[in-house]
Amino acid sequence: MTPSPLHQILDYANRADPYPIYEELRRTPVHHEGDGPYVVSTYHEILGLLHDPRVSSDSRTVARTPHDPLAEPDQQESALPPSFLRLDPPEHDRLRRMTNRPFGPPHSPHRVDGMRGELRDIVTGLIDGIGDPDRFDLVDQFSYPFPVTVICRLLGIPREDEARFHTWADAIAASLDPDPDADPAERGKGAHDARMQLGMYLAGLIEERRRNPGDDMLSALATAQGEDGSMTTMELLSTAALLLIAGHETTVNLVTNGMLTLLRNPGSLQRLRADHRLAVPIVEELLRFEPPVQLVPQRVTLADVEVRGVTIPKGSSLWLVLASGNRDPRRFENPDRFDPDRRDIQHLGLGSGIHSCFGAPLARLEAQFALSELARRLENPRLLEDPPPYRRNAVLRGPRHLRIACDGIRA
Amino acid sequence: MSGDGSLERFRREGRVVVVGASLAGLRAAETLREKGFAGSLTMIGDEPHEPYDRPPLSKTVLLGRAAAERTALPRLKEVDATWRLGVAATGLDMAGRRVRLTDGDEVPYDRLLIATGVRARPWPREAEAELDGVFVLRTRDDGAALARRLAAGPKRVLVVGAGFTGSEIAAACRERGLAVTVAERGASPLVGALGGVVGAVAADLQRRHGVDLRCGVMVTALEGDAAGRVRAARLSDGSTVETDVVVVSLGATRNTEWLAGSGLGAGPRGIACDAGCRAFDIRGIVTDDVFAAGDVARCPHPLFGYQFLSLEHWGNAVSQARVAAHNMLSESTDRIPHLEVPAFWSSQFGVNIKSVGVPSLGTEILIAQGSLEERRFVGVYGYQGRIIGAVSFDQARWLPFYQELIETTAPFPPEFATVDRRAEGRRPLDADFPDPSVPTHGPTVTLSGYSPADRRMTFTPAH
Ligand SMILES: Cc1cc2nc3c(=O)[nH]c(=O)nc-3n(C[C@H](O)[C@H](O)[C@H](O)COP(=O)(O)OP(=O)(O)OC[C@H]3O[C@@H](n4cnc5c(N)ncnc54)[C@H](O)[C@@H]3O)c2cc1C
Ligand code: HEM
Repeated sequence: MTPSPLHQILDYANRADPYPIYEELRRTPVHHEGDGPYVVSTYHEILGLLHDPRVSSDSRTVARTPHDPLAEPDQQESALPPSFLRLDPPEHDRLRRMTNRPFGPPHSPHRVDGMRGELRDIVTGLIDGIGDPDRFDLVDQFSYPFPVTVICRLLGIPREDEARFHTWADAIAASLDPDPDADPAERGKGAHDARMQLGMYLAGLIEERRRNPGDDMLSALATAQGEDGSMTTMELLSTAALLLIAGHETTVNLVTNGMLTLLRNPGSLQRLRADHRLAVPIVEELLRFEPPVQLVPQRVTLADVEVRGVTIPKGSSLWLVLASGNRDPRRFENPDRFDPDRRDIQHLGLGSGIHSCFGAPLARLEAQFALSELARRLENPRLLEDPPPYRRNAVLRGPRHLRIACDGIRA
Repeated sequence: MSGDGSLERFRREGRVVVVGASLAGLRAAETLREKGFAGSLTMIGDEPHEPYDRPPLSKTVLLGRAAAERTALPRLKEVDATWRLGVAATGLDMAGRRVRLTDGDEVPYDRLLIATGVRARPWPREAEAELDGVFVLRTRDDGAALARRLAAGPKRVLVVGAGFTGSEIAAACRERGLAVTVAERGASPLVGALGGVVGAVAADLQRRHGVDLRCGVMVTALEGDAAGRVRAARLSDGSTVETDVVVVSLGATRNTEWLAGSGLGAGPRGIACDAGCRAFDIRGIVTDDVFAAGDVARCPHPLFGYQFLSLEHWGNAVSQARVAAHNMLSESTDRIPHLEVPAFWSSQFGVNIKSVGVPSLGTEILIAQGSLEERRFVGVYGYQGRIIGAVSFDQARWLPFYQELIETTAPFPPEFATVDRRAEGRRPLDADFPDPSVPTHGPTVTLSGYSPADRRMTFTPAH
């Protein structure tokens, strides 16, 4: 008997190339085994479910199906209320609206755009610091620190505290990416401690910002008095943690997957070097071709939902395999080809519907800056191993290391 | 034109004439070229401007955020056409296949697309309509003039009619800090398009934003001063509103007069055409060389029992234009029908309103998600046990789901649980539409029965 698709997805042996499994999976657009989750793998069906009000993201009210291997462990330890990622309307909408007020249009149309200069400086600084061009790890030296610094600047973490912030982020990230050889108790404890310390640190900073607000996002959130009222400190802590994790664990992979893909497609790398504006379509195609969030677990049906002739009963867990939908030949021509010139590129890489990526404009800009600067400055870059070693995580999928050699680093 | 190569010849060297050089006209022209039409293309438009976009006229333009002159429609494709702008078509000779123009010219065609849209219904009393300070809003020039006047800081603006356009105008005025009175003959704003339940929310929205909203009244007369400037309006409840700007927003009249006597099935309700956008003649026989698209067209829709629908919707103009252009170039078996579910959006008082389907056909409404009180909700309209339309206030991301329910004629009321279902969503309410036999300016979707002929129609002005 061949192992079930579910286990194949989770099997680390398939991490470097899960796409053949998805292709197989799409033969049964709604796959279900035993009392596991319903796995949905085709584009139109995923899109429909992302817009379906009979599907809940709420982590509290909905009973979990017993055998969902990706179901969240009890978050009791953190004692924070759920973030809006794990809430339904109206709470989701209220918190997302309040968070958006200091972040995007209509109230703050310039926040992300205003970060361009800063993004450029961060990218420049990281590339300057690469050191030995003969052998470096793009993940540790660039992709990992980059988004954490960006979130620090967005939230307004004082520069002198950024180093501590990085340490906590690393510990939390490690817990999201279990290394089978590490002692799980140790690892759990490390992450737990990091969460607690981060929480305490942020709570202190929030107090300080309430007294002396700056023009950063945390200050704006801490002092907001709009039609939606204000956020409690607990809500604010959850939201800040969400921004950190949702912005970190994803952007790391987008940048690394991006460089990996460009090194495998030297023509595109060459074109990007010649014209940095190509970064826009390249990042879009990357979000389709190698999406950092491979699947969205943790959705539950509130009613019986019929999809492609299969009735998914009320109370079932769903996995929406975005990465598979992005390679659905019924939606995209030649889906397995990396093609930045694609005009029809409504991918699922940033989700869709009310939970679609909140940070999308920032994520795009980060990746565009990172890839165009890497393309411009690394002279004759080469992969030292292909495929690279991957992180364990099947959901937030990407290389753990990306070892590269180049002839030099341009100014 | 079939099988004998004549279609091929037409695609190579035929003559297409488009009357009405706006949204539908331009998109049709682009589609013709995109699909390889290599013959001659003539665009006839009575406005002197290149095709421009109307929705901003009642939104960003009135707020002073965009100039009316900068609303040109983005060009999706080079059209290589002869543009006859500032020239109206005055007649159609169907037998001779010619369009007559105001300047006396006649333009021959092999295929004709009529996309003459609608115009604002003017204030019915001519002398009063001519007073300085009395406006309508349909064209770019209207928008520029009104925006200029609003920027000058009038003491008060009176908006006559609270359909979508009137409500958007009122919202823009309030955002500019101007005093606004809205006079609406129906029981609430938007009542014709969305019914009384949702209309009450729209009324609440207006009042919260400081609009002096008067419903159930008609403006009976406009008064001018000695210099010919409007100074007051009299209302049917005996009151008077002192105002220096009046915006008449009483809906639209179809631009079909120029077709009178041509033999085409055109009248006050528009041009009847089949699902492939081919126009009917007055005998109810479909033509093969005259097509219609956009606000001026009325097409039968399979989802609504094949009744003719007239839609004043941006998206409808675009999709009909594409269908018409495609069908002009196709053999009969390759033609495609216009099946899109109607969809409309409006933004007013900071709220994004969106609808799909035909809410005004509904008799009942269920608040499926959210709450009327919070002014954030999805309302689902039911007609004879099926879902026929839906509207959202600041909840647009859910609408694709409801659109699918409309497309699959799902039963009403929907029985299933959803996120954000409140107590008020347990039971349907009477949607509370006004008596359909009384014409209002409100709905931007009108059902007009099964007959392609339009001879019995008599037009009763709202005032
Ligand atoms: C202020 C305003 C706000 C709007 N907001 C929205 C919105 O938010 N959402 C939405 O979905 N829709 C909205 N609409 C409606 C949308 O703009 C129309 O549905 C769309 O413009 C229809 O395009 P059309 O090409 O069919 O007709 P039109 O745009 O009306 O164009 C017809 C053209 O033909 C010309 N013409 C008429 N007669 C003749 C003749 N005899 N000879 C030559 N030319 C002629 C007209 O002058 C005009 O230029 C709005 C409309 C207005 C006026
Ligand atoms: C490349 C980078 C990124 C990718 C691929 C990505 C992807 C996604 C996806 C797929 C979702 C939907 C989850 C769901 O449907 O449950 C999501 C949600 C979210 N993302 Fe991102 N994201 C990225 C970067 C960011 C950044 C930089 C931020 C923060 C600044 C961010 C903040 C969020 C938040 C807050 C949500 C939850 C939205 C909600 O529930 O309403 N993301 N992201």
